[in-house]
Amino acid sequence: MIGYAARLTASLAVAAAIAAAGASTLARAQQAQPAGAGDLQIVQVRQNIFLIAGAGGNITLSVGKDGVLMVDSGTDASADRVLAAVRQIQRDVADREAAIEAATRIKWGAETRSTVVLERDPIAPVKPIRYIINTHFDPEHIGGNLQLRASGRTFTGGNVAGNIADAAEGSAIMAHENVLVRMTRPDAGQSEAPADALPTDTYYRDTMKMSHFFNGEGVQLIHMPNAHSDGDSIVYFRGSDVIAAGDLFSTTSYPVIDLDRGGSINGVIEALNRILDLSMAEFRTEGGTMIVSGHGRIGDAADVAYYRDMVTIIRDRIQDMVRKGMTFEQVKAARPTLDYDPRYGNAPGWSMDQFVEAVYRSLRATPPPTTPRGRT
Amino acid sequence: MRTGNECKILVRGRIAVQLERVLMVSHLFRVVTLAVLAIALGTPAWAQIDFSGEWAPRIWEDAPERVPGPELGDYLGIPINEAARMRGDTWSASIQTLPEWQCRPHSADYIWRGPSQLKIWKEVDAVSREIVAFHAEWLRSVDRPVYLDGRPHPPEQAPHTWAGFSTGRWEGSMLTITTTHLKEGYLRRNGLPRSDKATIVEHWIRAGDFLTAAVIMHDPVYLTEPFMRTSDYEFLPTQNIPPYPCGIVQEVDRARGVVPHFLPGTNPYLIEFPRRWGIPVEATRGGAATMYPEYRATLRSLPPPPAETRAGNR
Repeated sequence: MIGYAARLTASLAVAAAIAAAGASTLARAQQAQPAGAGDLQIVQVRQNIFLIAGAGGNITLSVGKDGVLMVDSGTDASADRVLAAVRQIQRDVADREAAIEAATRIKWGAETRSTVVLERDPIAPVKPIRYIINTHFDPEHIGGNLQLRASGRTFTGGNVAGNIADAAEGSAIMAHENVLVRMTRPDAGQSEAPADALPTDTYYRDTMKMSHFFNGEGVQLIHMPNAHSDGDSIVYFRGSDVIAAGDLFSTTSYPVIDLDRGGSINGVIEALNRILDLSMAEFRTEGGTMIVSGHGRIGDAADVAYYRDMVTIIRDRIQDMVRKGMTFEQVKAARPTLDYDPRYGNAPGWSMDQFVEAVYRSLRATPPPTTPRGRT
Repeated sequence: MRTGNECKILVRGRIAVQLERVLMVSHLFRVVTLAVLAIALGTPAWAQIDFSGEWAPRIWEDAPERVPGPELGDYLGIPINEAARMRGDTWSASIQTLPEWQCRPHSADYIWRGPSQLKIWKEVDAVSREIVAFHAEWLRSVDRPVYLDGRPHPPEQAPHTWAGFSTGRWEGSMLTITTTHLKEGYLRRNGLPRSDKATIVEHWIRAGDFLTAAVIMHDPVYLTEPFMRTSDYEFLPTQNIPPYPCGIVQEVDRARGVVPHFLPGTNPYLIEFPRRWGIPVEATRGGAATMYPEYRATLRSLPPPPAETRAGNR
C-alpha cells in the first residue's frame, strides 16, 4: 500500500512535471519561430490549442494524441512554412506529453532502478494533419488546403470509406456547403479550385458536430448565415473553451463584408452577438472563452463586445442616413466612421470607404431592422 | 621640559590620534568598498525602495473626477484628436448596463484615478531573494504584476487584458514601468477612449509614507501628444481591502443587439458642462493646446457658452 507521503510526493512530482512541461511548451511556443516557419508567429491559446499568425488569415490548431486539426490553412504561398510550424508545435506537445507520461508512469520493482525501459522507447512519429476546417472561402484562409491536405491523412473505414479507393488520402476538409459551392463556381475570370483543395465534408444546416472527440474534446462548427459571406462557420472547441471566429472578428480592420457572396452587415452583427452568447468571461469580464480572430490578436468576450459595439454603432449611423434618403456620396462625406478610423480604417485591402460602402449597400438592400436603435 | 608622565601622556595621545586616523581610514575604506560592491553586484531586481503595503488614495486632487466622475463633454486639458472627441460626443453612459460592460474594472492606467484602496505586494524568488515582480491590486481591479526579472513582453498576437503586461526597471529609487497589451480603456469616464494600441509609461515614486504614480499615456490612435497624470496615495497599514464580488444582471429590458449611443450631433448633454461653469464651448472640446498655460490667452478671446432658452433647449 502506498503511503500518504509517497502519494503526496508522487503527486507533487507529477504536478511539477506537468507545470514544467506546460510552461516549457508555452514559453517555446510564444517565442518560437521554428526553422522553416519563417516569420510566422506561434501563440499558445490553451493547453492543446495554438495560433499560427502571419500566413494570411489566422490558423487555429488543435494538436495532440489524435493528430492535428487545423481551422483554416492560410495562403498557398505560406503552406510550407505553416507545415514547418505545425511540425514544431507537434514536437513540443509530444515532448510535453512524454514528460507527463514519464512522471506518471507506474514503476515496478527493478524498473525503478533502470533506464532501459525509457531508453528502448522509440521516438514515435508525429500524427498527421487529419482535419482542416475552412471558416469561409477567402484565399488567405483556404489557400493552403491543397498542400496541407496532401501532408495529412484521413483514418476511415466502416460506413465511411465504402469502396472509395482514395478515401484515406490526405486530410478531411470540413466547411459549410456554400464554401464548396463558391469554390466550384468561381467568378468570371477566376479558375476553379483544384479538386484536392475542396471540402470533403460539408454541412448545410445550423451546425455540425464532429462525430467523436478530437484531442479530448468536442469540436463543433456553427454556421453564421449571411455575415462576412454566405458560407461562414465558427469553430467551437468545447473543452478548451476556444472559438475560432474566422473573419467575423478581426482586431486589424473593420469587418469585411462580401456582399456579392451573401454577406451583410446585420449578419455580421448577429454573428458577433452569437459569439458573445457562447462566451463566458473568467473574472472581471476578461479571460474565460478565448476567441481567435481571423486577423490580428487573440481576444475574449470583452474584445468581441468592443468590436460588436463599434460595428453596431456604425450600422445605426448609416441606417439613420439611409432612412433620411442620403446618397452614398453624402454618407461617405458625413464620415460615419471617423471615430474608429484611426484604429480600424487603414487595413491593407479593406479601407474605411469600402466598409462604409458595404454597409450602405447592405442596408439599402435589406429592410431596416425592427429593433429600436440609438440611445435607450 | 616635560616630565616622564607628560611624555607618556603625549605619546599615548599621539598613538590615539594615529589609531583614530587608521580607524577613520579603515571606516572610509569599508564604506567605499561596500559602495563599490553595491554598485558592482547590484541588479535591477533588488528593490531600491519597497512599495509593498497598503495604500489609501488621497483624492483631494481632482476629487470631482475621481469619485462622482467627470462631467459629460469635459475634454479640457486632454490632447485628444477628433476621433476621440467624436467617441466622447456619441457615448451614452447607458452602454454600461450591457451585460458585457458590467463588472469591467478600470484599466491599469486609469485605476490610479479611482477612489479604490491599493495593495502592493512583492513576489520574491525563493532562492535568489530577488524581486520577481511587484503586484498591484485595487478594490475594483484585477491583479497587476509588474515584472522586474527581465522577461520579454508577449508576442503581438497574445491576448490583451485590463492590467496589460508590465515590466519595470529602476531609475535610482524610482521604478519606471512600461505596459503594453492593454484592452481598450478610457482617458476619462465620460466616453473619451484610450485604445488597445496604447503604451503606458509609469513612474512610481515613494517619499516616506507617500506614493506618487505618474502615468504617461502614449496612444497613436486617440492622442496627438502624450498625456500625463499624477496620483497620490498614503501608506495605511491598518487598511485591509475587502472582496469586491460583482454580479452581471439584466439591468435594462431592451431588444437583443441594441448598443446604447447617441447619433452624431444629437447628444443634448454636452452643453451642460460649459454652461454650468461659464467656459467657452470650444475650450471644453479639449485638444493638446488646452493643456498648456498659454491657452489662457486664447480663452479670453472665445465667446461664452450660449444661454439656455426659455423652452429649456440644450
